[in-house]
Amino acid sequence: MRIFVCLGNVPDTTTKAKFTENNSVFDTTGVQWIINPWDELALTRAIELKEDANSSVEKVTVITVGTKSAEPTIRKALAIGADDAIRIDAEPNDAYAVAAQLADVLKDEDFGFVMCGIESCDYNGSAVGGMLSEFLDLPSVSAVAGVEVEGEKVSVSRTIDGGKEIINIDTPFIAIVHKGISIEPRIPAMRGIMMARKKPLNVVEASETELLTDHKSFELPQPKPPCKMIDPENVKELFDLLQNEAKIM
Amino acid sequence: MTVLVFTENWDGKFKKLSFELVSYAREVAEKLNVSVVALSIGEVDEDELKKLGDYGADKIVSITNDHLKTLDNQVYTKVISEVTQKENAKVLILSHNNTGKAIAPRLSVKLKAALGSGLIRLPSEVDPFTVYKKVFTGKAFANVILNSDIKILTLSQNSFKLISSDNKATIEEYSTDIQASDIKTKVTSTDKQTGKLLLTDAEIVVSGGRGMKSSDNWGPIEELAKLLGAATACSRPVSDEGWRPHEEHTGQTGKIIAPNLYIAVGISGAIQHLAGISSSKYIVAINIDPDAPIFEAADYGIVGDAHKILPELISIVKENLS
Ligand SMILES: Cc1cc2nc3c(=O)[nH]c(=O)nc-3n(C[C@H](O)[C@H](O)[C@H](O)COP(=O)(O)OP(=O)(O)OC[C@H]3O[C@@H](n4cnc5c(N)ncnc54)[C@H](O)[C@@H]3O)c2cc1C
Repeated sequence: MRIFVCLGNVPDTTTKAKFTENNSVFDTTGVQWIINPWDELALTRAIELKEDANSSVEKVTVITVGTKSAEPTIRKALAIGADDAIRIDAEPNDAYAVAAQLADVLKDEDFGFVMCGIESCDYNGSAVGGMLSEFLDLPSVSAVAGVEVEGEKVSVSRTIDGGKEIINIDTPFIAIVHKGISIEPRIPAMRGIMMARKKPLNVVEASETELLTDHKSFELPQPKPPCKMIDPENVKELFDLLQNEAKIM
Repeated sequence: MTVLVFTENWDGKFKKLSFELVSYAREVAEKLNVSVVALSIGEVDEDELKKLGDYGADKIVSITNDHLKTLDNQVYTKVISEVTQKENAKVLILSHNNTGKAIAPRLSVKLKAALGSGLIRLPSEVDPFTVYKKVFTGKAFANVILNSDIKILTLSQNSFKLISSDNKATIEEYSTDIQASDIKTKVTSTDKQTGKLLLTDAEIVVSGGRGMKSSDNWGPIEELAKLLGAATACSRPVSDEGWRPHEEHTGQTGKIIAPNLYIAVGISGAIQHLAGISSSKYIVAINIDPDAPIFEAADYGIVGDAHKILPELISIVKENLS
């Protein structure tokens, strides 16, 4: 079976948030772009499944909606071990539009399941995976913390409050993954980097879609008042502040 | 026209989270001058359902159906969109928790409704409908315009106050024709601890980082948490090392929480850690390094050795709180 992994191309998690044009546009000057951390963990799990002799996973394809500027990130995914990639050529501005564009390509593909990260670390929409499922009219499981494939059979583990559930599900479906799907993201090896250059990266035209949301303006958090430092010899003061000033205890 | 709010229950009981959602829905409804309908799925008794009225629901739609006992995203989406249409809801509100994240995006497509997710405040305007949310994992906020007839909002937990109301809500049963064959996700086993205070629900959280040095040193963290009625948490390296269970990990790639008080012990305050805790109302940092970045995020700080400070804090709490 083939697995698709949706990739987001996002600013490195240590990037300072800065905005231009009257705080209406994210300032990308000097930004390092990375694979969205959840998607990177999903990709890692997909590759592990491909390597696992007990699973029928044979091919891992990464798919992204992005402009040419996303290609270094896609190449990195290929270097980590994806077999091929699809880039849908559009600016990813709105979750609904991105999901519609992904669905438009994926509806004609044959796959066991599609993995999406629970959230992108830029606009924090937590939306694309679920939207994609509904566009494709396929079952979805969210908060997926593990995927197992035995031959053609797939089961997932879903996080619930206070524990987890194991769910059996027929393919094809969409897995929206979060913590636990794999522990450490895989790092590309030299050989992988060499091979990635020759792997197919297919660029397809994006379908016309509507945008339902508009990020009109951005704000930075108010600077916090400086931390009140408490004398380590007088821990009682901390308790008093919490009780009388913060009114917590 | 109405505002519809989906109120999840846990073994037949609502939580503070449910009442936050209804309070929020009430305030949104006031802005639009419409009424609030709360939707409950599952076995919840009448007294419990009525509590939703205490926070501003005008009407409660209750659905009990054996096939809805476990969450199947597709089926829940179908049922909730039926109710949205039946109640002529223009705004649909869910929690930004695992359940809300699983179904709100599907509903968005099904109802062709713009989704504003992870909101932390009331909409600033209703025309154009403008919501306020965290972006860049807490490093900034955005005003987002939702351009559609129906709007779907997911509210971050602990970001809205409870507002009581003297509404006497009416309760209406609603039945759906969901069949066993509609359920495509079959839960084969469940492994769950009940009765434990969940990190996401806790008002106070005591959290340890790599500065605690080893899993053997967690006694004081647990003791302090117990005294304060708090949940315990940790930084990512701590759960990666297996010192603490994974569900305690907070941050960008763990849980995102907003307690009233977060006590960070031996945590340096990396930006990815802060992403999970920066919405806490108060942050206390205990760290041996005066230059640790956690002090920039904290309200109160003590520079010192956790192994010395924690036992002192514990005895002070014992003396003063009992
Ligand atoms: C993509 C990505 C995602 C990430 N996601 C997360 C995440 O979700 N959550 C997360 O936590 N991290 C995350 N990280 C890791 C993060 O960058 C930091 O490495 C991590 O938060 C550090 O954990 P720590 O503060 O426990 O350890 P350290 O940074 O090692 O800090 C230990 C602290 O303990 C102090 N200390 C030492 N001894 C004592 C003592 N005796 N008493 C008091 N203080 C003492 C030290 O001064 C130091 O400040 C992520 C990283 C990446 C790249």
